[in-house]
Amino acid sequence: MEETGWFLALLLMVIKSVVLLVVLLIFIAYILYADRKIWAAVQLRRGPNVVGPWGLFQSFADMLKFVFKEPVIPDGSNKGVFLLAPFVMGLLSLAAWAVIPVAEGWAIADINVGILYVLAISSLSVYGVIMGGWASNSKYPFLSALRAAAQMISYEVSIGFVIITVLLCVGSLNLTDIVRAQDNGWGILGWYWLPLFPMFVIFFISALAETNRPPFDLAEAESELVAGFMVEYSSTPYMLFMLAEYVAIITMCALMTILFLGGWLSPIPFPPFTWVPGVIWFVLKVCAVFFMFAMVKAFVPRYRYDQLMRLGWKVFLPISLAMVVLVAAVLQITGWGAEMAQ
Amino acid sequence: MPSLLDQYLPLVVFMAIAAVISGALLVAPFLVAFKAPDSEKLSAYECGFNAFDDARMQFDVRFYLVALLFIIFDLEVAFLFPWAVAFHQVGVFGFWAMMLFLGILTVGFVYEWKKGALEWD
Repeated sequence: MEETGWFLALLLMVIKSVVLLVVLLIFIAYILYADRKIWAAVQLRRGPNVVGPWGLFQSFADMLKFVFKEPVIPDGSNKGVFLLAPFVMGLLSLAAWAVIPVAEGWAIADINVGILYVLAISSLSVYGVIMGGWASNSKYPFLSALRAAAQMISYEVSIGFVIITVLLCVGSLNLTDIVRAQDNGWGILGWYWLPLFPMFVIFFISALAETNRPPFDLAEAESELVAGFMVEYSSTPYMLFMLAEYVAIITMCALMTILFLGGWLSPIPFPPFTWVPGVIWFVLKVCAVFFMFAMVKAFVPRYRYDQLMRLGWKVFLPISLAMVVLVAAVLQITGWGAEMAQ
Repeated sequence: MPSLLDQYLPLVVFMAIAAVISGALLVAPFLVAFKAPDSEKLSAYECGFNAFDDARMQFDVRFYLVALLFIIFDLEVAFLFPWAVAFHQVGVFGFWAMMLFLGILTVGFVYEWKKGALEWD
């Protein structure tokens, strides 16, 4: 009896994980499509429109094409590390989703250090970049990997400070608790984006830099470094890098939704809006944040590398450090949130 | 311990399945795709030239500097996490202790700024 119980629990975990991963990957396929369509619309182009109605199956056609392409492993490369890099990137970007609560109680693992886990896992992806760039034994990937690594770690510091300010208000590292703390009957006005608005902006811009999105895509600036650390990759190893990039972007969108936009909570705190399942609000909010990501890509010209580092170290770091002190001082003086922590 | 296992076993299962998906995608073209390698195709890309010399060349020391600064500040963020979670329990003393710590850190930050460690032009 004991053993069958264990087996069933394990089976349930496997089923839940597979369902989340499959839904996530299909979601990513359409996010990729949406990214291309939005970009095209801004430039008055049509975008992908051939495969399936309105081009809706484009991403799946791309995937099949990648699988049937010849995988090239350069002669001079370190072959083991060369192939390990895309695997590490793919695995790490997906692994972050184990703790994301998409609705009340809908997290695969509702661990009490959730935000720390997401931060740790997303920092580790810099290893994938370095490994890919170094193992290729080619100049463009090498230069790009250096740039990408420096850029990612620079902006991680400000992301860390932003998370600290939210944690000061919540008093818990659990992602579910962070969402619940924003459920104060005020709806959209009660979420943390309003009181912590500067941090919301800093987090958004840092997320762009952290995921190497335009205007901070210096690691793969086409006009300088061809395709960055992915130059020597082809076929599915290349696809894994692209996939990991988009999964990381969606993770950042989900993190913004949880930290600042009330997760699965309804923006209008009374029926009939509260009857809508939380997962729908969550997906809508993630899509809204991603729309901002896509619009920034279409509108904003690329930064120079020294401007990028200046923004990270001389603007965001002092501001976020000052905001940590300010938020802590306000909470200390007013005593807000103290009753919730007891 | 059972609660710890309850919390973290799903995480391990999830990561294992994510690893299977990534691994399957990585291996697939090696099994199904047509392969015709030649020495030109397998050489490192360098704008149509043959590669001049080893790609693992010297690079700017400022990348090291950024990495060192990152360690300092990220470690400090790691110190702030438990403080932020226990903010309402540690009270006024905890607040001022952390302000002192951040003050010392700010002195260091101002020093490295004045020294030009953050200049990239």
